[in-house]
Amino acid sequence: MQEMLIQAGHTERNYWRDVWRFRELFYFLAWRDVLVRYKQTVLGVTWALLQPFLTMLVFTLVFGRLAKLPSHGAPYPVFVFAALLPWQFFSRALSESSTSLITNTNLISKVYFPRLIVPIGTIVVALVDFLISFAILAGLMAWYSYWPGPRMLLLFLLIPAAVAVAVGPGLLIAALNVRFRDFRYVVPFIVQLGMYISPVGFSTNIVPEKWRLLYSLNPLVGLIDAFRWVIVGPASPVYLPSLYISGVMIVAMLVVGIWYFRRTERTFADII
Amino acid sequence: MKHRAVAVEGLGKKYRITQTSGARYSTLRDTLAGAVTWSGRASAARTEDVDFWALKDVSFEIAEGDVVGIVGKNGAGKSTLLKLLSRITEPTTGSIRMRGRVASLLEVGTGFHPELTGRENIFLNGAILGMSRREIRARFDDIVDFAEVEQFLDTPVKRYSSGMYVRLAFAVAANLEPEVLIVDEVLAVGDSQFQRKCLGRMKDISEQKGRTVLFVSHSMASVRSLCTRAIWLDHGNVRMLGSSLDVIRGYLESSMEPAETTMSLDSIRRSAGQGEQLMIHRVSLNDGSSVLHGEPLSVRVEYELREPAYDVAFGIGFASPEGIRVLSIDSDLGGQRRDLANPHTGAVSLSIDTLNLQPGRYALDIGARSGDHVSLDYLQGCAWIDVLPGPSTPAVIIREGGGVREPARWNWEADKSSEAATG
Repeated sequence: MQEMLIQAGHTERNYWRDVWRFRELFYFLAWRDVLVRYKQTVLGVTWALLQPFLTMLVFTLVFGRLAKLPSHGAPYPVFVFAALLPWQFFSRALSESSTSLITNTNLISKVYFPRLIVPIGTIVVALVDFLISFAILAGLMAWYSYWPGPRMLLLFLLIPAAVAVAVGPGLLIAALNVRFRDFRYVVPFIVQLGMYISPVGFSTNIVPEKWRLLYSLNPLVGLIDAFRWVIVGPASPVYLPSLYISGVMIVAMLVVGIWYFRRTERTFADII
Repeated sequence: MKHRAVAVEGLGKKYRITQTSGARYSTLRDTLAGAVTWSGRASAARTEDVDFWALKDVSFEIAEGDVVGIVGKNGAGKSTLLKLLSRITEPTTGSIRMRGRVASLLEVGTGFHPELTGRENIFLNGAILGMSRREIRARFDDIVDFAEVEQFLDTPVKRYSSGMYVRLAFAVAANLEPEVLIVDEVLAVGDSQFQRKCLGRMKDISEQKGRTVLFVSHSMASVRSLCTRAIWLDHGNVRMLGSSLDVIRGYLESSMEPAETTMSLDSIRRSAGQGEQLMIHRVSLNDGSSVLHGEPLSVRVEYELREPAYDVAFGIGFASPEGIRVLSIDSDLGGQRRDLANPHTGAVSLSIDTLNLQPGRYALDIGARSGDHVSLDYLQGCAWIDVLPGPSTPAVIIREGGGVREPARWNWEADKSSEAATG
């Protein structure tokens, strides 16, 4: 029979093994969140479709029709939607994961499990919404008879990158939220501002050359550019240095997020 | 030979308490504001952190198959000990070794989601308690049987009555089969019949399957009937460890405070749902003077009715320090139940001519009930009552042990030559 030892600092050493052992709980928590999300809303799945669709309409109107910004030859709605996909995923994953520890206070103070699975579990819900909104993209492509070719399959390589963008800041803010409750007001602000700072409604090309590198410090710039390159085609050029910078930023934020979360995790049950 | 199931050595848990603010979590604004005042001026406005040891240097061993009760006052460190044993929080010092799978049940229905159906919640809660999907599927029928909720399996639990909810939640936990089960005072909820079923189940787990159970409770009767051994925690230390009877006796003797016979009951912690419709505020025995054996007893119970209640009956009970009820006085014994329609405050009084309760210390239970089953407010062991010897009490009966001493007509049949006695 296995013997378990509990000691100060001991959880640290077996942490990643525990994460693996609790994979079923991860699955169940994600399953609960998905189930509840589509049960509680009247519109259910429709809501996951309506929100990005309406945003796309507004952006097309404002940036495409009124401001007449370039879209590299693709229909403006497709052009906007290619960026809305990763953006909406990011904003939803960030909002959900950053408050996830607080909304699961009862679990955290009553049961042991690696806390990491709570915020990451909520990202699964955002991922489900993300996959549902692909239906809109398919609809738009059919409407405009627009088909970029088998390059579309590359999207499945970009999904892990999108998850990585959300996990880092999500973990960081989730952990900070346990200690400082006012961080929950920070997230809606980041999300609101971020939508205009990131190249969601417009192309990265309209950013002046000398600001491009600085602009790429926002990891979503590289991610959105990559999504556009896949969906809109080579006409939407990818600026390689910016892709590298975004990549480095994603990894850096992931490391910082996991590091801070792990450092404060032990005390969650005591202060939550 | 019995194996060692749990070994705790030098266990300690330190919490840092911030003196000036009551909140456990801070806001960034406070912290920033604190930093500014601190650097700007002398440290007068600075919050002071004080170390507090919730548990200190606790060591004990538990053998496989033992059922161990953990008793102690609020704040003695019982919950902290359970949290450490179930790994929710890490110890500051010391170590715990446990053999086999450990499951802890610190709350009934942890993680239950009101929007999900009974079926869905069984899986979710099972996973939270550490069961694999396969195990849950294998025990699914047992769980449903135990909870008696077959017809409502596909109903969201938010539509369950509180009784059904608790039954379902406990049923999941009761079907856990870990080597070590850690249970907090979760049985305080639920109706008494179901409580007995749960206690029986826990007894089975330990007796038939040789599982080790750690059980925290405020009910000395449950600890006594369930546990073979007990640990008494006091101010974060183990004060006593031994057979459950000895520990309970020691604990109860020490926790006695000077007995008062008029007391306010507002601050007493009630179980969920109790005291909402009707709340018992105060109780007074003999208008505040002593309770004497062999003399009249009068009790006045003040209550506040908040919502109409029907067929209301009041009752008081005296229980021995071990938690065994020895005397019950119910207003509906002679058929007196009242419909209370309008919210009001009021009082009920009772009097008996001769109190035949043996001199000694008793735990007072007070309750109000609607009909046969619905408890409006129930305060079990809400006060200690000392029954003192009265003027007519023979000295010889003042000895250890509680109970009712009933006078009776005695008839002695003996040879005429012997000395006859009547009493």
